[in-house]
Amino acid sequence: MIENVLPAIYLLASVGFIMAVKWMNNPATARRGVIIGEIGMLLAVIGTLLRVESNFAMIFIGIGIGAAIGAPLAYLMPMTAVPQLTALSHAFGALASALIGTAEFYLRAPHGFSMAALSLETLLGYLTTTASIIAFAKLQELMPTRPLTYPGQNFVSLGVLVAAIIVGVMMVAGTPAPWMFPAFTGLSLLFGILLVIPIGGADMPTVIALLNSYAGVAAAAMGFVLDNKLLIIAGALNGSAGLILSIIMCKAMNRSFTNVLFGAFGQLQTAVAGKTVQRPVRSATPDEAAAILDSARSVIVIPGYGMAVAQAQHKIRELYDALTKRGIDVKFAIHPVAGRMPGHMNVLLAEADIPYDKLLEMDEINGDFPNTDVALVIGANDVVNPLARTDKTSPIYGTPILDADRARTVMVIKRSMSPGFAGIDNELYYMNNTLMLFGDAKNFVSGIVKELAGSH
Amino acid sequence: MQSYEFGLYVFMLAAFLGFELVKRVSPLLHTPLMSLSNAISAIAVVGGILVTGDKDATELTRWLGFTAVVCASLNVVAGYLITDRMLKMFRKREPEKK
Repeated sequence: MIENVLPAIYLLASVGFIMAVKWMNNPATARRGVIIGEIGMLLAVIGTLLRVESNFAMIFIGIGIGAAIGAPLAYLMPMTAVPQLTALSHAFGALASALIGTAEFYLRAPHGFSMAALSLETLLGYLTTTASIIAFAKLQELMPTRPLTYPGQNFVSLGVLVAAIIVGVMMVAGTPAPWMFPAFTGLSLLFGILLVIPIGGADMPTVIALLNSYAGVAAAAMGFVLDNKLLIIAGALNGSAGLILSIIMCKAMNRSFTNVLFGAFGQLQTAVAGKTVQRPVRSATPDEAAAILDSARSVIVIPGYGMAVAQAQHKIRELYDALTKRGIDVKFAIHPVAGRMPGHMNVLLAEADIPYDKLLEMDEINGDFPNTDVALVIGANDVVNPLARTDKTSPIYGTPILDADRARTVMVIKRSMSPGFAGIDNELYYMNNTLMLFGDAKNFVSGIVKELAGSH
Repeated sequence: MQSYEFGLYVFMLAAFLGFELVKRVSPLLHTPLMSLSNAISAIAVVGGILVTGDKDATELTRWLGFTAVVCASLNVVAGYLITDRMLKMFRKREPEKK
């Protein structure tokens, strides 16, 4: 009986997942998407439980423990920690796939196509687990966020990957010797670590998207091992979602996709030792900045990772309120790689209650800068560097940027003149229409807000 | 047609469908999209349940399966809840003061 109903249940669950992704295309339907996704998951789990023959207690305890940890994690994590939480959940998802692959290997000793799928599943599963843990450690700053490099790094990393693939092929081609699977596991885990260690904080959006994709492909490979179409569909959806996001991130950083796909081998890791020539900049105080904003008619705010670090989004919301109350048009320009994961800035600003129709992406807003009175850069750096447009020798040449320099006045809130992630000087800071506002983003914005309130 | 061959067709079609659907997602929602797709791929919980509940399960595979169930269901719960928590924050206009 259940063998006849189960395919229908799995089919419905697949429809649920597809609709969930479809409805994410618009904030108005997105929450509906979550609900239908949950229903799909519930159907899949209930259907599967009906098929199981033994060990119910253990399964329910497992689900219970997972839910008991997952729920508080989702509710208590502050929004600024979303990148870390995402990295962590990639680790859990990938580990689940890898462990199931391992169990299947010892349970059924598959061969041929199944064994190839199982090798792919465990390889991607284990490497994504350790890679995500390293990404988590970097985002949580348990580890230095700068790229860690050593001589011959690419050689070592590739060597480990090739060794893992050779062992994998040996297992598929013949009867696996007892040492092979543990060796394969170890090499996969090691490769995951080597993959992310050389990657710096600002490249995290691409890496997180890519690990998301790997976790999806691991789940799809599991679908082939278990001959389960639902897993194949869900895994393929996740795999392509992650892949698209990482392609978008790559384009936004002007990096080739293959470059990042294989772990940023050969990326520019040597920060150009910036010319330390002191050049004059103009700076301003909060009350001067407030006066300029007060007399503006249109303002575009450009947030960057510095805003997240300073937790300035709520103060920015107060500034937004104060300016809109005066009839000033305030918009936000979001660069695709601003922050530490795709869409990071949007989530933080939405958390601070800024309406999402004020958050505009690069292509939508770049044409508006020449008609804008003030571009206010808060904690962003490389994504507004005009050198990307003009200087062919610059490492960031060709990177799409926000045209902040084309606004009538540019104000940059920044702690000091230190260069950004790319390690190069920002031409924007030395322009005649640029004012540097030195200080902590949160305190400085709060100073401006106070000044605006006082002048009224 | 072999079962895995059939599976490859399913994979290919689902991957293309995924590409088409995700391309339409506004950059505004890229973070919630990622947490949602992560929750969906926690469908691995199905595999975990099957391995743990397999009547031929050995001590080793049962515990591997159990750990997988814990990890995957953690992801299911956390993934959906945090996606919803994020989406709740996206408002178009100022919320009406009640």
